Amino acid sequence: MSKIIRVLVAKPGLDGHDRGAKVIARALRDAGMEVIYTGLRQTPEQIVAAAIQEDVDVVGMSLLSGAHNYLFPRVVELLKEQGADDILVIGGGVIPDDDIPGLKEAGIAEIFTPGTTTTEMIEFIKNNIKDN
Amino acid sequence: MEWIKKMLEGDKRACAKLITAAENNPDEAEKIIREIHTHTGHAHVIGITGPPGAGKSTLTDKVVKSLVDEGKRVGIIAVDPTSPYSGGSILGDRIRMQDLALNPNVFIRSMGTRGYLGGLSKYTKNALKILDAAGYDYIIIETVGVGQSEVDIVKIADTILMVMVPGLGDDIQSIKAGIMEIGDIFVINKSDLFGADRTATEVNMMLDLTMDMERRPPVVKVVAVKNEGIDNLIREIKSHIQYLEESGQLEKRRKNNMKLEVVELIETELRKIVISHTDKDNKLDGRVAQVYSKEKNIYEVRDEFLKAIRKDN
Amino acid sequence: MLNNEELSKIKTARENWEEKVLNKTLEKSPESKEEFRSVSGATVERLYTPEDVAEIDYVEEIGYPGQYPFTRGCQPTMYRGKNWTMRMYAGFATAEESNERYKYLVSQGSTGLSVAFDLPTQIGYDSDHSLAQGEVGKVGVAIDSLKDMEILFDGIPLDKVSTSMTINAPAAVLLAMYIAVGEKQGVSADKLRGTIQNDILKEYIARGTYIFPTEPSMRLITNIFEYCSKEVPKWNTISISGYHIREAGSTAAQEVGFTLADGIAYVEAAIKAGLDVDTFAPRLSFFFNSHNDLFEEVAKFRAARRLWAKIMKERFHAKSEKSMMLKFHTQTAGCTLTAQQPDNNIIRVAMQALAAVLGGTQSLHTNSRDEALALPTTDSVTIALRTQQIIASETGVTNTIDPLAGSYFVEAKTKEIEDKAMEYISKIDDLGGAARAIDLGYIQKEISDSAYKYQMEIESLDRIVVGVNKYQVKEESPKGLLRVDPIVGEMQTKKIQDVKSARNNDAVKSRLEALRTACQGTENVMPFILDAVKEYATLGEICQVMRDVFGEYEQAVLL
Repeated sequence: MSKIIRVLVAKPGLDGHDRGAKVIARALRDAGMEVIYTGLRQTPEQIVAAAIQEDVDVVGMSLLSGAHNYLFPRVVELLKEQGADDILVIGGGVIPDDDIPGLKEAGIAEIFTPGTTTTEMIEFIKNNIKDN
Repeated sequence: MEWIKKMLEGDKRACAKLITAAENNPDEAEKIIREIHTHTGHAHVIGITGPPGAGKSTLTDKVVKSLVDEGKRVGIIAVDPTSPYSGGSILGDRIRMQDLALNPNVFIRSMGTRGYLGGLSKYTKNALKILDAAGYDYIIIETVGVGQSEVDIVKIADTILMVMVPGLGDDIQSIKAGIMEIGDIFVINKSDLFGADRTATEVNMMLDLTMDMERRPPVVKVVAVKNEGIDNLIREIKSHIQYLEESGQLEKRRKNNMKLEVVELIETELRKIVISHTDKDNKLDGRVAQVYSKEKNIYEVRDEFLKAIRKDN
Repeated sequence: MLNNEELSKIKTARENWEEKVLNKTLEKSPESKEEFRSVSGATVERLYTPEDVAEIDYVEEIGYPGQYPFTRGCQPTMYRGKNWTMRMYAGFATAEESNERYKYLVSQGSTGLSVAFDLPTQIGYDSDHSLAQGEVGKVGVAIDSLKDMEILFDGIPLDKVSTSMTINAPAAVLLAMYIAVGEKQGVSADKLRGTIQNDILKEYIARGTYIFPTEPSMRLITNIFEYCSKEVPKWNTISISGYHIREAGSTAAQEVGFTLADGIAYVEAAIKAGLDVDTFAPRLSFFFNSHNDLFEEVAKFRAARRLWAKIMKERFHAKSEKSMMLKFHTQTAGCTLTAQQPDNNIIRVAMQALAAVLGGTQSLHTNSRDEALALPTTDSVTIALRTQQIIASETGVTNTIDPLAGSYFVEAKTKEIEDKAMEYISKIDDLGGAARAIDLGYIQKEISDSAYKYQMEIESLDRIVVGVNKYQVKEESPKGLLRVDPIVGEMQTKKIQDVKSARNNDAVKSRLEALRTACQGTENVMPFILDAVKEYATLGEICQVMRDVFGEYEQAVLL
């Protein structure tokens, strides 16, 4: 029996648009994953605390406000500080292509831009989480 | 196991890893529990159950904030239902506990029932033991609140809070008879809503009808979202703890629960033995065919298997 | 509308057609789908005939523009008198840069201003707050104090423009700043024209920029209604919004039902606060989405007008016709724009804008082609504005009022959406009203169910999105997108320091104390906010006082 994948779906920063995060949470649940949804207005500290206590395999962040260049890498930084850099970090939302290389360099494994299907996301997660 | 050492020192990540290991692998769980057993038994376990919409998570948030203000360390296990179709779940109780996420004295873990129907997960007990060993003074367990949520909470909690809300359906009917026996404290949440007094009266009436009560559970009105009535509730919780300790009930209940656990563990192993016999070469299928065609009766088949099992063991 | 004999003739003729003509074709080549559905998922029949509208009374239900029930429009002459206001939502980075964009838009023919604020401003935080990091100026302009507001409207005469401000939880503060800027320009408050969005319920439902819990938020809203009815009588004190509800994934009927349910909650709150319906109701306005399904959207707008008119008359016993009139602003649907092949978005927006005009909107914002990627560049926003101008000047659709009235399809759909929306309103009434329904998560769940269904239809190709799941091409990343320099955060922080050292800090302190006392009591807080604003108390300082007294909204609900 394969382990159930646990995913933290988080809304970092002040952005209040949660349509995407909720659709993804449902889709991941329908794909057999356990999804911990944090709700809105998460600081990077809150996201990391939750990721660690819930021992998730994936942290997925949804952000449409343009603050991704600051918030996403900060989460990766804090995860690293707390020895949790084996967690797969992914992001999505309104993120210009030009920002993606920088974000990947900062440790975000993949950025899912508008138009990505939930199926693609699920496949990516399954293929990229750390086996334990 | 190095995670255990770290957990005992207070490392939250280690604690989380152990809970995961115990959740995913029964052999790992056994190893862990064997090692940490001597460190358990200190935490007071509070179970919070009640129908969906009763505000259990908000109530948990307020109760824990109050306990933490007193300098206590609190662990929370919040259980949500796993989808029977996909095996996945959305665990959303953390949303109502935003401030607690960063408190160093708080640990919040969300669990899916993973198909188990008793209101908790099969692995909640192990998670609880790990949090206990990690030194949390209180551990709050929140059930899913649907179906037979009350069945399991009795087996692991010291103090059970039964949360109800006025106007959630027809109150008298929705108060299931069994609840009266297991609630240690009845909490009427959202008590600023119309009908709160009526609900309290109905609960008290049902309690009047319940026989054999050593202690009559109090009925406490709160408005969790406004933080009203929480101090009173905490007082009642502590009063219940005191009662349990002074009357010897705490030891009695815990020993009783351990008995149930031991028997359950034995049954699990025995079941494995039975299956190894019935499934071997599809023997059971063959025997059942004989029963169906009236060659044998069902008790003869039972005896055949029992004989073989006893011989092997 | 027709008598029985005529209807009977029509029915017979239809049956004849079905038998002799239609069925033959269906046998040879069946239709491409089992069922045809609108974008919202409502069934669309092959054909609509007088039979479908037989029950609708023209005079009672459809009527005449500018008269109850306003189905055909709010003004008797509609666009023949004056076009809708071309009001482009704009704002980013600093007040200086936004001021430039406003002047550009006005020079290019936009007829109203619309201010977009950044998230820290919308949530009552100054740009130097820890939670503002990375967010300053990103989705709108950063306003930390009256100083920024003065810069924002520098060279823009407030007696000559009407300004819509998309601000909700701290609306009172931004309105106070606008009034203060007007005063400095020598324009008295009674001359100011504009709108504040000020719709907190939809923040809890779909938009997320709430600050305080429900009760104090409703108090702030009714305080604003009361204050403006006396001091700023030309101001629209609320823009009850369906736009965001639709963006969050609702259907057209849900958009109308949930928005009007919110409207009902506001009217009830105002009445409870002692205001007379006919005093504040004429200043209520609405804000809707214009989505892809042209005919469904037109029907939706008409249904909303008729339903609100009935609610105001029958439920709230309004006496003045002005109280029953649903005036609205429209924005084309942002959620339909794609990152792939962004120029396609120009066409989408054009269709959606057309629907809004055919639906009789009072004011319109058209999205820009690059908005699935970033805030719009000057070029993109110009095309969006031109879209409106072309519709107004070149297509002829403004020559007559409510041109689609009488279409069997559109009238049938108008009735259908009205009925469905009313069902949602009744359900919400049963739950105890909109605020209660939000606490229970009913509205949010309906919306997220619709959103999930929509996404699954896209992934299964039941719903086509051109360029995304059909007609895809391999593309280069788009170039030249608008970027907000992160240095804006630092600049604003410095500005705040400058303001704080230049102002009279004692006066600020005493104004904030007076505000605190007012919040704790039952007085109207507007004058106190105005006093604080004029002393250059910052937005964050003022909102913190209110946070202290009112508390903060706690997220409760999940899916």
